[in-house]
Amino acid sequence: MNAIETEKLTKYYGGARGIIDLDLAVGEGEFFGFIGPNGAGKSTTIRTLLGLISPTGGSGRIFGQDIVQGRESILGRTGYLPSEAVFYPGMKVRDVLKLSAGLRRCDCREEAGRLCGRLQLEPDRKVDELSFGNRKKVAIVCALQHKPDLLILDEPTSGLDPLMQRAFFDILGERHREGATIFLSSHILSEIQRNCSRAAIIREGRIIACNSVEALARTNARRVTVHGRVSLEGLKGIRDKKEAAGSVSFLYNGSMDLLLQALASGQVLDLSVSEPDLEEIFLHYYEAGGGEGSHADSVCGKRGRTVNDREKRDLAEGNAGKCLRINGNRGEHGKNNNEKDGEIV
Amino acid sequence: MTLVRHELRQDRTAFLIWTASVGCLLAVCVCLYPEMKGEMGDISDIFSSMGSFTAAFGMDRLNFGTLIGFYAVECGNVLGLGGAFFASLCGVGILSKEEKEGTAEFLLAHPVSRRRIITGKLIAVLAQVTAMNLIVYAVSVGVVAAVGEAVPWKEISLLHLACYLLQLELAGICFGVSAFMRKGAAGVGLGIAAIMYFLNLAANIAESAGLLKYITPFGFSEGADIAAKGRLDGKLVFIGMVMGVTGIAAAYVKYGRKDIH
Repeated sequence: MNAIETEKLTKYYGGARGIIDLDLAVGEGEFFGFIGPNGAGKSTTIRTLLGLISPTGGSGRIFGQDIVQGRESILGRTGYLPSEAVFYPGMKVRDVLKLSAGLRRCDCREEAGRLCGRLQLEPDRKVDELSFGNRKKVAIVCALQHKPDLLILDEPTSGLDPLMQRAFFDILGERHREGATIFLSSHILSEIQRNCSRAAIIREGRIIACNSVEALARTNARRVTVHGRVSLEGLKGIRDKKEAAGSVSFLYNGSMDLLLQALASGQVLDLSVSEPDLEEIFLHYYEAGGGEGSHADSVCGKRGRTVNDREKRDLAEGNAGKCLRINGNRGEHGKNNNEKDGEIV
Repeated sequence: MTLVRHELRQDRTAFLIWTASVGCLLAVCVCLYPEMKGEMGDISDIFSSMGSFTAAFGMDRLNFGTLIGFYAVECGNVLGLGGAFFASLCGVGILSKEEKEGTAEFLLAHPVSRRRIITGKLIAVLAQVTAMNLIVYAVSVGVVAAVGEAVPWKEISLLHLACYLLQLELAGICFGVSAFMRKGAAGVGLGIAAIMYFLNLAANIAESAGLLKYITPFGFSEGADIAAKGRLDGKLVFIGMVMGVTGIAAAYVKYGRKDIH
């Protein structure tokens, strides 16, 4: 059974676009990434799934229950970490955690204490006095203390220092190994790449790609770095060119023959050809004129272009309907083994 | 109960300040009565000859020289207006504050139905209004007895009951308004209470505006009428309670479907 499943889920705010015809399937036990720039519709998707806002159209199910009708039951099995953690003024951390547990009608003191210890959170501090990062820790404990089956995390690491980020992902990894499904929404692609097995990319309210992280990162483009003197004039397929003294680095998805000919005609002291990382692909995909068939939107959302059919096909291989899973492309915490090659789920 | 306890804890400072303020003002007014009692004959003459002003505050219908006459005008206004502001503020902020302060996301991400949230918050509002009225009632009666006056139990109890019902109505109306608001609700609550108060003044002054008494809860809590008749106007009270319940019903309908931002 899928933990999260949506069919043409749509949300408009009056006439303004939120999300459009969102089809998403996240399997139970998956560590799923949800990528997109600000304003793409990530938070709208999450808020719709959690019943904070009503869908304009389509439907969604979590653990088989309708997100509108079964909201209370769904939330009982879900932990939500919002991007901005806001609590009631004047309360101590301990009181916030107690309130959260009380609203869930469970005694979570033991787990809350353990999590506070790992995240170095002082329960007797007032939440008003906490820094943004420490408030985030309180939200993390609230989301995790009842050991939910599904964790929905919206930009979870903003405000956390690198050590805390590591501790946080360690905890997530443990929860994932215990069987929890994790839905991680982020625009920090390295987080997605390190932790998630599959990911979907959302742009302007629509999912434009959904696949294993490895498949999403796979591209014909290569990051080429040349030390020496070469002329790249007339060579097609070069983007994101960065020149420094005596070296040039660029993304290349043109003909390798032509590239080798161009290099051979110059003086090459050193050469490296590597796969670009997901972040590089993501950023590049949204640049105006970018057309290598990768996956993304401009991070600021201003220079985006319409993704053509070929690119969508190259990237998503069927994402217009359900997501395509590919075997063997697990992230660090990936462990779902019930997929088949090319299976439309 | 978790939510009710939480709401009461959140609002306890405001509750204590309002209760202490209204209670102290009432106590001071009552304490002034023994000293003013001897001069009341002259004061009553002055107050009863001020035309519209006299009518506006109902001083044409009661004897300012008696404790209950004095209490109905002075204390009725303090408790009526102070209690109305408190109840309105309680009601109008209780739902909207979650979105205003950004805590709605925290609250609604828990497995609590919207209906339960609304009910919990409504109970918290009613509990605060009720507690304030009980405390103020006890203070009033206690101070009347302390200054050596006989307590006019029936009239004082009716006055306080009317003020309590007034506050319930305003709290209910403002509770409904709160479901529609996202921020800045306090001004609306105070505005509703003030408008209702002035509608009653207008109804007292001009006969042609008499129908306004059916709209404002200050109509059935008019101290002069209660002291004079020794009872509440059941029709006005009923209309007032219907308005309050309508506000509460509107809150359930609206907040149950509202998109939370």
